[in-house]
Amino acid sequence: MILEELKFGTELLKRGFASMQKGGVIMDVVSAEQAVIAENAGAVAVMALERVPADIRKAGGVSRMADPTKIVEITEAVSIPVMAKVRIGHFVEAQVLQELGVDMIDESEVLTPADEEFHVDKKAFSVPFVCGARNLGEALRRINEGAAMIRTKGEAGTGNVVEAVRHMRAIQSEIRMLKGMDDQERAGYARKIEAPVELVMDVANRGRLPVVNFSAGGIATPSDAALMMQLGADGVFVGSGIFKSENPEKMAKAIVETVHHFNDPKVIAEVSRGLGEAMPGIDVHTLTPDERLQTRGW
Amino acid sequence: MAGKIGVLALQGDVSEHVTAFEDALGPDGEVSLFRDASDIKLFDGIALPGGESTAIMRLIQKAGMLRPLQQYEGGIFATCAGMVLLASEVQDDSLFEPLGVMDMTVKRNAFGRQRESFEADIECKGLETPFHAVFIRAPVVTRVGYGTEVLASLPQGYVAIRHGLHMAFSFHPELGGDLRFHRLFLDRLGL
Repeated sequence: MILEELKFGTELLKRGFASMQKGGVIMDVVSAEQAVIAENAGAVAVMALERVPADIRKAGGVSRMADPTKIVEITEAVSIPVMAKVRIGHFVEAQVLQELGVDMIDESEVLTPADEEFHVDKKAFSVPFVCGARNLGEALRRINEGAAMIRTKGEAGTGNVVEAVRHMRAIQSEIRMLKGMDDQERAGYARKIEAPVELVMDVANRGRLPVVNFSAGGIATPSDAALMMQLGADGVFVGSGIFKSENPEKMAKAIVETVHHFNDPKVIAEVSRGLGEAMPGIDVHTLTPDERLQTRGW
Repeated sequence: MAGKIGVLALQGDVSEHVTAFEDALGPDGEVSLFRDASDIKLFDGIALPGGESTAIMRLIQKAGMLRPLQQYEGGIFATCAGMVLLASEVQDDSLFEPLGVMDMTVKRNAFGRQRESFEADIECKGLETPFHAVFIRAPVVTRVGYGTEVLASLPQGYVAIRHGLHMAFSFHPELGGDLRFHRLFLDRLGL
């Protein structure tokens, strides 16, 4: 029945995949067992990891792509999409993940960067990528490299939402500013934030990023998740927030429900009852510049 | 005639469905989002978007929408995950209970993982020229019940079907700008 050849790995397929995740919660998991809990709680995807960011922080040293055995174990346990992280610039880790059948690759500052000059050339891959950003310039540079989804960086593994808020507000406010500018000013702004002019124009016309924009880094409670959604996120990544809490299953379900009813305080109040302790948090201001993961990547 | 279409806004590519139906209906039509069952009777037709079927199904149950969706009398336009929801049975997953609005069996991720997602021009019954279809971790229909019309199929199974006022697709007619299926759907609703 097919008239012409099939096309794989197109921009439309990559961005389309990301669109299907909208309004959803993507959860960090470190085992098949956790992946099943996440799926049953209503996660739209899981992020397969060796350790959650809070433990990466504690362990220190060089943090790399997860063991393929672990990734395969997780992909076989669930029917929802599986994502996994590669170090910034480590295109061979990305080749490996693509080979393993991972559905989306996160080029992540949570792992130790492998290249301090170049990010992965994401257009060379047929699997879609998500990348972190703290502001519009960073987001557009990643999109220009082929990212099909952006997430705010926040400060992973802290259980502190303040940085995620800062980054989401920064991106939204820059977009609002662009809308009020004429074309010349927009071109000037593009130079200032070191982003391609065409992408800046595109954002100004749409009034939003051309790809899905999730929030990540520090989300620890249902209210945190709703806060990010009300600030304009298309969905959320929850890292350590679920499996570092007292009752992961309950926390996972509560966050999923909150994200779908993010404008309804009644629902949020109800699902927030009796969740037990959230993950232990870290005040971001006590972190030394070296301990801040968000400054990795540019 | 001015029609009203509702898009189920729990999870997935909701805004893409809204835009596509707004374009297909024209300025007189009205497209709105719904998150619970209270408004459902106001719509001439509803759209079940693409997304993750397990996540959407859980939210449907939680929001008490199971019965209202099963008893809905208007047309349903379902894509990808939406197609899974409409089915009566999911192959290799007896634990998952879909809505059962259409008597059919679906197979999830029938082509494989995201790297096997593809675009292709396919021939469809009722369309004069091929349709450029976008398949993203797509399901297929492996069995249909009596009275179901198959509009398109691939070696893996049926990818576009119609039953009464309902239409279901493995692929995403809401992506890519070709609105011929949306118009066929609206035609049968008299819109």
